[in-house]
Amino acid sequence: MDTTRQKSQKDVWNILLCGVGGQGVLVASDILIDVAMQTGFDVKKSEIHGMAQRGGSVVSQVRFGQKIYSPIIHQGEADVILSFEKIEALRYLDILKNDGIIIYNDQQITPLSVYFTDISYPENVKELYEQRSAHLVQLDAIAIAEEIGNPKVINSVMLGALSNYLDFDPQIWLDVITKRVPPKTTEINKIAFYAGRKE
Amino acid sequence: MSKAMLSGNEAIARGFYEAGGKFAAAYPGTPSTEILENISNYEEITAQWAPNEKVALEVAAGAALGGVRSIAAMKHVGLNVAADPFFSLSYQGVNAGIIIVSADDPSMHSSQNEQDNRWFARAAKVAMLEPSDSQEAKDFVMLGLKLSEDFDTPVLLRTTTRVNHSKSIVNLRPRVEIAPKKYVKNMAKNVLLPMNARKKHVLVEERLIRLAEYGYDCAFNRIEWGDNSLGIICSGISYQYAKEIFPNASFLKLGLTNPLPFKLITQFSGRVEKLYVIEELDPFLEEQISARGIKVQGKEKLPMMGEYNPDVIASAFAIGSKPQQGRNIAVNIPSRPPVLCPGCSHRGIFYVMKKLRLTVTGDIGCYTLAAIPPLEMMDTCLCMGASVGYAHGIEKATGDELKGKLIGVIGDSTFLHSGITGLIDLVYNQAVTKICILDNHITAMTGHQEHPGTGLTLRREATNKVDLAEICHAAGVRRVVRVDPYNLDETIAVFKNELAVDEPSVIIADAPCIIRARKRFSEPYYVDANTCIKCGMCHRVGCPAIEKDENGKTRINPLFCIGCDICRQVCKPGAIRKPDK
Repeated sequence: MDTTRQKSQKDVWNILLCGVGGQGVLVASDILIDVAMQTGFDVKKSEIHGMAQRGGSVVSQVRFGQKIYSPIIHQGEADVILSFEKIEALRYLDILKNDGIIIYNDQQITPLSVYFTDISYPENVKELYEQRSAHLVQLDAIAIAEEIGNPKVINSVMLGALSNYLDFDPQIWLDVITKRVPPKTTEINKIAFYAGRKE
Repeated sequence: MSKAMLSGNEAIARGFYEAGGKFAAAYPGTPSTEILENISNYEEITAQWAPNEKVALEVAAGAALGGVRSIAAMKHVGLNVAADPFFSLSYQGVNAGIIIVSADDPSMHSSQNEQDNRWFARAAKVAMLEPSDSQEAKDFVMLGLKLSEDFDTPVLLRTTTRVNHSKSIVNLRPRVEIAPKKYVKNMAKNVLLPMNARKKHVLVEERLIRLAEYGYDCAFNRIEWGDNSLGIICSGISYQYAKEIFPNASFLKLGLTNPLPFKLITQFSGRVEKLYVIEELDPFLEEQISARGIKVQGKEKLPMMGEYNPDVIASAFAIGSKPQQGRNIAVNIPSRPPVLCPGCSHRGIFYVMKKLRLTVTGDIGCYTLAAIPPLEMMDTCLCMGASVGYAHGIEKATGDELKGKLIGVIGDSTFLHSGITGLIDLVYNQAVTKICILDNHITAMTGHQEHPGTGLTLRREATNKVDLAEICHAAGVRRVVRVDPYNLDETIAVFKNELAVDEPSVIIADAPCIIRARKRFSEPYYVDANTCIKCGMCHRVGCPAIEKDENGKTRINPLFCIGCDICRQVCKPGAIRKPDK
């Protein structure tokens, strides 16, 4: 496919991963940067963590290419936003390229603030994303993960969906996933990765 | 030689390991916490949590004096606490090398201010290093220990959140064992009596001159020649952003930023037509360079506050080469700030204090989140330990006005860090203000670190345990009462009782952090929709598990609920039910 040619010619790839604390966003981004490093790229990733343990927005920025300086993505330069929750990607659309890809998990996690502010959980989220990009991938990662047998593997499902747009050797993905996930869950995570890749 | 993706904090730990480091101490504080956690993975190093940063630095400095390479790590405000030993250690110097890490937090991702700790290095007249990525973080620790020994100076390694928490590729090498130096009694060097300190100050000033000369040609500073129409001086993370925006400019990249290498700076500025200084927060480099009569542009264009990123720099200098194609769409997105976890032991206490309409001086910890809606139950949050002094001071100012309505709230780890002295003061000066210690048996906010009250070490081995109640008794507090914060009736009764007495009292809310304990009280609770009258009382406890259904009635999210029972106790109609089994 000529998208592959485009991929290998690009100088720098910018991926933003987002979700809600506890969903496994940071583990997923750790897997992604390891795969990029093993593929031979210079890699940087940046994230902010440290406040309370769960429930807050989580974002991780990943950049790889021949030489990377800034760990933060420029406005309008993200190639992909990978959103583990339905609306989280809405917060970062200014970072997305005009023809960038939005991959989002169609799972709603209602923030507490909707109960004591007058901002409600957005409806018609798909249409909102469509205002911004034609490259939209919507998947029900929770349903996929539950069908496989463990709701915790949604990060492997999400990475599988992302892998379609990156020119990495599937074997490297699998090796890194094996290294990173608890040994007992290696097989189920590999299955989840391929399930996401089919989406 | 192998390579790995390391965060700045992991790289600092690795550098200390490779350089033969033997002793490390810290008090947890974002964004520095993972330094000690990672060092503790290397069994060659003695690594331990201290009750606060002052103690951490004193013990680490003692270890360096005793002959082994040492490190003390802290967040920026931690260095305020450790400032006393820090300044005088500059006079004393070292035996084996010592690194003090100050992890600054521009944009205050997890802090109460965004002070620029580079001033500390200048004020204390010690060498300062500023890495810009993980490889440099590792290298600067290793070279910094040698610098510390060669120049007889403590070395401040100043990082920022973006360096501490970003990951990049680092080359790994094996550890080099360094034989401990012999400890030798040396009064003239190590006893800072005025007669000795006056002589030491002369040496400190000489040391600065020698360090500035060293900075002309050293591994920390380098010039990258590009187009000579624009020269940029920067240090730390700003270098990475500036390289993106000005790929063709000439750069003077400074790693050793105190004292500044003016010979190098003069040489560089003389060969470029225009000079920018790009640095986050204060004009630390810029003011010193300007004071030498060198014309630079910096803060007249760049902000004094907040983190930079490539876009901030591009817009400050009106660089149009990167068209801003990103845009947001017009939609209101509900915010998702960090919240007290479902089942958190703090929730009930703040609910009770709200019910009793108390004035609450707060402190630093997860419980500071009780300041935001819907609990909004905190009047102040200043610094570690200030809840106690603030409550005491407000009592002295307001007399009887807030009598029985005033309380200071502090966590167990924060109490041990710097609440104890405040409590002693309160008793000594005959105040009657009440203190509530939220004892969740861990330093929770920074990600569950042990402390002297948990009975476990940094490596989670059993150790001696401080008894909080005994400390309060020893300070002269006669009334120390424990409550179960999950029992609202009991908690209200205890609070009413203690607030009414005319002497100091400490209420210890005694329950482990629910996340740490991985505890579930029961299966998820449920709501009987026929009984729910939509009164909204349950929403006022601010639990993430409590939602509304399509009809506005309460619904409990079974993924989050751990059965702590707080919402059931506040539900007047009895719609919230505990499952049978």
